Amino acid sequence: MKDEITNNTNHTNSPLRVRSLDYLEQLESEAIHIMREVAGQFERPALLFSGGKDSIVLVHLALKAFRPGKFPFPLVHIDTGHNFQEALDFRDSLVEELEERLIVRKVEDTIKAKQLTELKGKFASRNALQTYTLLDAIEEFEFDCCIGGARRDEEKARAKERIFSVRDEFGQWNPKLQRPELWNTYNGKIHKGENVRAFPISNWTELDVWNYIRRENIALPSIYFSHEREVLEYDGQLVAISKFIQLEESDIISVKKVRYRTVGDMTCTAAVESDAETLDEVINEIIVTKTSERGETRIDDKVSEAAMEDRKKNGYF
Amino acid sequence: MDILRFITAGSVDDGKSTLIGRLLYDSKSILIDQLEAIEKQTKNREDGEIDLALLTDGLRAEREQGITIDVAYKYFSTPKRKFIIADAPGHIQYTRNMVTGASNANLAIILVDARNGVAEQTRRHSIITSLLGIKHVVLAINKMDLVDYSQDVYNNIMIDYEQVAKTLGLKNIKYIPISALHGDNIVDLSDKYPWYNGDSLLHYLESVEVHADINLTDARFPVQYVIRPQTEELHDYRGYAGKITSGIYKKGDQVIVLPAGIESIISKIEIAGNEVEEAFAPQSVVLHLKDDIDISRGDLIVQKNNQPKTEQEIEVLLCWMDNKPLIKGNKYLLQLNSRVVRTVIKDIEYKLDVNSLERIYEFEKTGLNDIVKATLKTASLLPFDSYKDLPNNGGAILIDETSLVTVGACMLQ
Ligand SMILES: Nc1nc2c(ncn2[C@@H]2O[C@H](COP(=O)(O)OP(=O)(O)OP(=O)(O)O)[C@@H](O)[C@H]2O)c(=O)[nH]1
Ligand SMILES: [Mg+2]
Repeated sequence: MKDEITNNTNHTNSPLRVRSLDYLEQLESEAIHIMREVAGQFERPALLFSGGKDSIVLVHLALKAFRPGKFPFPLVHIDTGHNFQEALDFRDSLVEELEERLIVRKVEDTIKAKQLTELKGKFASRNALQTYTLLDAIEEFEFDCCIGGARRDEEKARAKERIFSVRDEFGQWNPKLQRPELWNTYNGKIHKGENVRAFPISNWTELDVWNYIRRENIALPSIYFSHEREVLEYDGQLVAISKFIQLEESDIISVKKVRYRTVGDMTCTAAVESDAETLDEVINEIIVTKTSERGETRIDDKVSEAAMEDRKKNGYF
Repeated sequence: MDILRFITAGSVDDGKSTLIGRLLYDSKSILIDQLEAIEKQTKNREDGEIDLALLTDGLRAEREQGITIDVAYKYFSTPKRKFIIADAPGHIQYTRNMVTGASNANLAIILVDARNGVAEQTRRHSIITSLLGIKHVVLAINKMDLVDYSQDVYNNIMIDYEQVAKTLGLKNIKYIPISALHGDNIVDLSDKYPWYNGDSLLHYLESVEVHADINLTDARFPVQYVIRPQTEELHDYRGYAGKITSGIYKKGDQVIVLPAGIESIISKIEIAGNEVEEAFAPQSVVLHLKDDIDISRGDLIVQKNNQPKTEQEIEVLLCWMDNKPLIKGNKYLLQLNSRVVRTVIKDIEYKLDVNSLERIYEFEKTGLNDIVKATLKTASLLPFDSYKDLPNNGGAILIDETSLVTVGACMLQ
């Protein structure tokens, strides 16, 4: 089992070591503490696993928190049907290696069962429809807490959210009435029907995540590194060509060397041009970049100033 | 590199959010698209200056009203430190959100508008800073541009605040005259203040020593979760998972499990599956004991020769955070780290008057944002330390049994 948790470079056993933690170790310990609070306080928690780097880091932290025991929760993937194949393959091989339980619920099925209307247009995204599938899954399995990989540095509404964030029966977040949250004491008490979203890496920045991935030598799907891809340049962003976007005659498709900073839906995650093939190179690019992760790569957040706040109010992650 | 967590506090409109925007902006931590977004929103302002407060005021209602409602967390790093900032609301109605942000801070920057001086909210936030035991305080005298950079104004506020600090027992206050709007003395010193020869704010934040604030003497380990794989090869594996909140644990240490009072010896310590000889706060670890005893979530493992108090009647300083009043005789849940016990409010002794900072013994009710001294009686024994000696094992929350909401913050005495 030990081999699952990759060898890290901190020499906890070295006699010369001063008894203090550097910033990544502090963040790691805080995240493990939060995960164990979830395990200790809830009957039926779940870990929302998207296949992106943040949820891969969550899985790594869960290994550190619970091994040699099994995870006290299944991994749950809300599958939009618009995923990168590389991310799906990575998901499946990771789950197989860990011997943990994976639950997949498909947005496609929710759309059919509930007769939902899909967005139309060039980059018709299923991002918003994910919420329905997520809420159905919560109901189906009676999850009382969902662990998510959201970070407060991602977006200004997220910057306001508690680590244990209570959602009502409809999954809604009420930003004006959040519970006080003191010290590292998390109140996970809820009424039936409500549930909690717990965010262990709330206090990590994008760069912290990358530095941690490098320090811990965590494997990622290949699309996070430079590769050649057919893309469409649209409004200053590079969108991968896939069967999920609608092409027009006038669209100019080109092949570029790109990588992804976040991995979500193929329709709403943009690539960045890059030659970075290794973690060191990716990190160097992120250090000097002048745009934020979301600004550069999320097509869906630009719609309105309060896009994320509104989605969260409606039950989104 | 380590982490400094700080909060900005002070009265409404004293410039907290602007200050944070300024820190992020001047330390080049704002990315282009974020800047463009706030530039777009500031277009409709008359003076045309970009409104840096919009960087943290992330909720629609906040932007509409131009005030902060809930804490925003922001992050930036310099080569010296990673900073985690909590931008608190100044409005009295949202004091509980300020308490939320302050509870994890190593340092508080309390802002004062140079034109108004020390106000009621300045005092309220100072009381909370003192109650929560925040060890480092900066009093930032802001909007110096509106008082002609006057040294007299600065001195008078300093004299006033010294009084407040003395009454509250706040020590080592760092006074810095600033203009959040123009960026004076935030990252670099400004030449408009020839009379000021202290540090710039950022320089101070980078250099203030906080590691010493971690207690490595009094070992406390609240059990969060018991790891029992129950597989064939790990049949007897039984590990107690938790975070060391203070102190050091070594293999072979004689320990005692509270509140039951059972003694044992640490047989193994693991960090992320690797065995280690010793572990210290704030590491998340797994402890193993030599004897097979019944230990579960909520128990506290401590050194035999260094034990906390274990009592049922506890005096607390209590910050009340609910719209319903706190009522003597009512029952609540008390959560201290992983331990939750039922408790009844036996007595409410006095309330703190925010303006005079005096104790009031005659008062009608305890309402939202009141700070009182109370006595609790718990349904079972609670091992705890006095908050002022060991905050990590002396700060507890009160939970309303019916609404399940967190309604109070208790500093156990
Ligand atoms: N002239 C001047 N104006 C300032 C300065 N700092 C802030 N302001 C202005 O004061 C007003 C309030 O600033 P905010 O930063 O929103 O105040 P706040 O303390 O965060 O307010 P709350 O969070 O609602 O308590 C804004 O219009 C700012 O532009 C300063 O140094 N000089
Ligand atoms: Mg503000």
